[in-house]
Formats: sequence, structure tokens, C-alpha cells
Amino acid sequence: MVGWLAQGFNGISLGSILLMISLGLAFSFGLMKVINMAHGEFIMVGAYVTYVFQNTFADMLGGVELGLWFILAIFAAFIFTGILGIILEIGLIRYLYGRPLDTLLATFGVGLVLQQAARSIFGAPNVQVVSPSWLSGGLNAGLLILPYKRLFIIALVIVLIWAIYVYLNRTAAGRRLRAVMQNREMASALGVRSRRVDALTFGLGAGLAGIAGCVLTLIGPIGPTLGTNYIVDAFMVVVLGGTGSLLGTIMAALIIGVFNSVIEFSTTATVAKALVFVMIVAFLQWRPTGLVAQRSR
Amino acid sequence: MTSQKNGFRTFLTDWGPFIIWGVILLLAPMVLSEFRLNLLGKFLTFAIVAIGLDLIWGYGGMLSLGQGLFFGLGAYFFAMHLKLESGGGRLPDFMVWSGMKELPLFWQPFASPVFAIAMVIIGPLIVAAILGYFVFRSRIQGVYFSIITQALTLIVSISLIGQQPYTGGTNGITNLSTIFGHSLADPQTQVGLYLSTVIILGVIYILARLLTRSRFGRLLVATRDDEARVRFLGYSPVTIKTTTFAISAVCASIGGALFVPQVGIISPAALDVVPSIMMVIWVAVGGRATLVGAVVGALLVNAGQSAFSEQFPNVWQYFLGALFVGAVLLFPQGVVGTYRMAFARWGARGDSAPVEEEAPEAPVTGSGRLMQEVVE
Repeated sequence: MVGWLAQGFNGISLGSILLMISLGLAFSFGLMKVINMAHGEFIMVGAYVTYVFQNTFADMLGGVELGLWFILAIFAAFIFTGILGIILEIGLIRYLYGRPLDTLLATFGVGLVLQQAARSIFGAPNVQVVSPSWLSGGLNAGLLILPYKRLFIIALVIVLIWAIYVYLNRTAAGRRLRAVMQNREMASALGVRSRRVDALTFGLGAGLAGIAGCVLTLIGPIGPTLGTNYIVDAFMVVVLGGTGSLLGTIMAALIIGVFNSVIEFSTTATVAKALVFVMIVAFLQWRPTGLVAQRSR
Repeated sequence: MTSQKNGFRTFLTDWGPFIIWGVILLLAPMVLSEFRLNLLGKFLTFAIVAIGLDLIWGYGGMLSLGQGLFFGLGAYFFAMHLKLESGGGRLPDFMVWSGMKELPLFWQPFASPVFAIAMVIIGPLIVAAILGYFVFRSRIQGVYFSIITQALTLIVSISLIGQQPYTGGTNGITNLSTIFGHSLADPQTQVGLYLSTVIILGVIYILARLLTRSRFGRLLVATRDDEARVRFLGYSPVTIKTTTFAISAVCASIGGALFVPQVGIISPAALDVVPSIMMVIWVAVGGRATLVGAVVGALLVNAGQSAFSEQFPNVWQYFLGALFVGAVLLFPQGVVGTYRMAFARWGARGDSAPVEEEAPEAPVTGSGRLMQEVVE
């Protein structure tokens, strides 16, 4: 019983991490249909921004232990990778709309360059970010101990989803975004600067990847190839979830997370991954457009 | 065109370059050093992989990121045989290290070379056919196909690492010393392997070329350009696409099987996610939907890699990144496509109509659009 409860929590925790790294893709891939293979590298950039932030500002902001810097690093990672994303959209992706396979290859090239840049600046070996002291330990919930780090990630994901929801549905910028993604010509005709919306949307997706990178520093050491470990999983989440909807991404991340953990509990990590893959392909036989499909008119 | 002389001339312009290059490659062992020949042989196995990828991506419009997986399957199947042969009946060393007492059941038939070679062809064929059937049946297209093939590659490579006692884990299958009774260290054996690679590459090139010019090839291009119309005309895109996927998988597998004896080792690193995408850049650089471009691209990129990556690893990585961007943004037709375009333009200036023999092969998907505009 306790074992299953623990696996359930692990599943939700894994799901929240998957969701964290897929939220950015829900923007670039889900809304814009741009497949960004450099997404993993944006995550990596976010992680290194956190690392730099720790080294430069931690002492100023009351030391590594206090962890005020970590909260600020989340914003810094978002802004830095977001700007990087906007530059990439304006400089490259803009010219490749309607050519998804070419976009895939070009962004993979960008990923290679970013990886090598990280290697040149920080060196190939992994570096460690020290987590704030208030995130060590765990909450004693009767039968199990829930680590604060995991709870923090779950809470942060919930906050992000809420923020995205508000942005998309309650702000003028979000309304413009939805308008452009639903009917570009009409939106342009009504005076929305669709080019700018494209850049901003892609930048948002990149920025969310940056936050994911920041969070991943809590889980383990970071290195130039950090992103490649997660990118395939993130894309599977978006494929299962279906494009064009945040709800699908959330459900898919949680389902994959829980299934992975539960199967892993009774077999091995590899078998779990393989079985989840088979289930995703089988599910797509039944609903090729994913869990929550955007209705096309 | 009806006269015999004309027919012969057409044949010469058509196959002439192929014959010339074939002869050059066959004579290469006489001039190249042992080391360079081995390197060239290795690159030619990559060229075989690239031809398969060109069929599915260039002609079929399906970007498979799983070619590394099939390359690895072929390589592992053949390496299993070589390992048993090299061991001379003893248990493979990594199994001993993992505390295995006897050969696992699925390893045993690989002692037979015929079985191993058959598996190199049948194994990937079955995997690709099953995956292809289910993926294409549910009309998963474009980047979704790429993502799924990529995920499968990742899973297989993780599995190989995880099953240390059966697969050799991270190290892979090492210390291969003989092939069919010949020592792999013997230069004569390596020349033999090189020549076999050239001949197999030639055969596969001819078959691929005939395939693209056949009725099936036209259907494949038609499916790439407008799948719905092909379906409405009564053909089955699922069959066409699955068949192509299986053919490309077998090409990759054969390349892998020829790769192993020339390198003497196979590890899961060779069939990971990143090497699978690297295979795509070979075709992109050479020029997609040209076949010969796949070969040229595989040779160029790998030659560049071996020339620069050891001396300037940093620069090479940046260059590779730039190559990906440049290949789709600036030179979507690749080396061969650009060459052909320049040739056609030059021919037009000389007041003779440009030869449009490859017209049906011009890619229309993706970046191909750009090429069409230029040609028009």
C-alpha cells in the first residue's frame, strides 16, 4: 500500500517535471506547429543561467543557503532564454514556416551550436547548483515523506499553468496570440501584428524551457547535454496530448509520468519506457490527433 | 531515341558517371594507404545508409530519425556472429564478466553466418514493417513520424545499455577478430571488405535508381506531394510508405553490418538519437531526392569530420551546427542539386534547351518549393 502510494507520488512528481519541460513545447509546437529541436538546449541554457546566477548573486542576496537568489534566477532564466528564443524566431524560424521537417533540422543545428557554446564557456564536465536550504528535507505525511523539492516543482508547475491560462484567456496579448494562431489572415486584417505575435509566442515557449532548466538544477548536476536527455520525452508528451491545447499537454504529462513510475515499480526503467512508448503508439491508432484535439473547421 | 546508337548514348550519359566512379572506387586499394582505405570503406557503408534515407526522405517525404536504430540492428546482428566466431565456441567475454554461465538461447543461432546475414535483412524489415504499418495506418505524418521513430531509437539504445549480460552494455560488442575464418587485422581481409562494400553499394545504388524510376517510385513521389489524391485514385499510401520505410531500414541495416567488421566494434553510441540525425545531414548536404547526392553527402560530411574534428573539435561542432542551418536555409538542394541547377542554367545560356530528365524527381515538399521556383 505504502509502496503504491509512494509510486503514485513519484508518478505525479515525474509528471510535473515532464510537464515543466513540455509546457514550452505546447507553445512552439502546439500552438505554432514549429518543431524546435533546440528546446532541450534552451532548457540547458536556463540551467546554466541559474548556475551563473548562483555564482554571481548568491552572496549579495544573503548567501546560497537563503535561496532568495533562486527565486530571482527563475525569472532571470525565463527572460534570458525568452530573449534567445525571440532572436532565434526572428533570425531563423521565421523563414521556415510551413516547412516543419526543415525547421526540425535547422533547430537541431542551433542546438548543436548552443551545446558547443556551453562547452566552450563552462567546460564539458557537469556543474552543480546548490539548492536553497529550505528545499532540503521533506514533508512527513504520515506514511511517506514527500521531499520539499518535489513539492516545490509541483507547486511551480501549477503556478505556471495558472499564469499561462490567465495570459491566454484574460489579457489582450493572449487574445491576440489566440487570434493569430486560429486565423492569421483575419487577425492581420484586424490590425494584429502577426509577425510580432509569432516572435513573442516562440519567445514565451523558450522562456518556459528556461524555467524548466532552472528547476532541473534541483534534481541533479547540469551539463552541456542536459537537454538531449529530456527532449524526446517532452515531444512524446506533446504528441500524446495533441496540439493546440494546454489541457492535453497536462493530461499527457501526468499520464506518462504515472504510468512510467507504476510500471517501473514492478519491472525496470527500460521496460517502463518501452511499454509507455508502445501504449502511446497504440493510443494514436485509436485517436491519431492525441488526447485533446483541436477541432478544425 | 529509337536508333541503337542513340540508345547507347543515352545509356552512357545516364550511367557513365556511375561506371567511372565505380571503377575509381574499385581501384582505390591500389593507391590508398591501409588507414585511408579503411576510412573510405567506413564512409561507404554510411553512403549505403544515406541511400536508404534518401529514398524515404527525399523521395517519400518521410523524415525518419530512426535510421540509426536500423544501422545498429544490422551492426549488432552481424557483430553477434563475429563475436561467436572470434570466441571459437567460448562464451563471449562480456557474458563471462556479467556472470553468465551459458550462451542465451537467442544468441545461439547467430553462430551460423547464414542466419546472421539473413537476420541483418529480415530483422529491420520486420521492425520497420510493423512500426510503419501502425504509424502510417493511423495517418501519422510529418514531424509526428520523425518524433516516433526518434523515440523508438532512444528506447532501443537504452535497452541495449541496460541489458549488459546479453548485449555488452555501454561498451557494446568489442574485440572482434575474425570474419569467416579470416583475421580482421590482416590488410588483405580489409581490402576484401572494402571491395565488398563498394560492390554492395553499387548494387544498392542501381536497385534504388531503378526503384525511383519505376511505377512504384512515381507513386512514392506522388504520395509525398499529395497523399490524399493518391488515396482517392485507389492506391494505398499505407502500403507504399510502409514498403519504402522497410527498404530504407534494410539499407541502413546492411550499412551497419558492413560497418562492424571494418571498425571491429559496435556500441550503443552508434545508434543513439544524435547519430540518427547526423545521417539526415549527409543526405541534406548532398542533395535530397537525387540518390547520388546521398552518397556524395555521406562522403563529404564524414571526410570533413575526420579531417577537422580531431584537430579542432570545437570548430567542427560549430560548423556542423551551421551546416544544419545552412543546408535547409541557403542550399536546400544540396551539392548535387546546386550543381545540376548550375549545369541546367549553363546549358540554357548555350541556346540549347535544358535537359529536364530529372524533372519528376525534383522535390516539391519543404525546401523543394524553393528549387521549383528557381527552376521555373
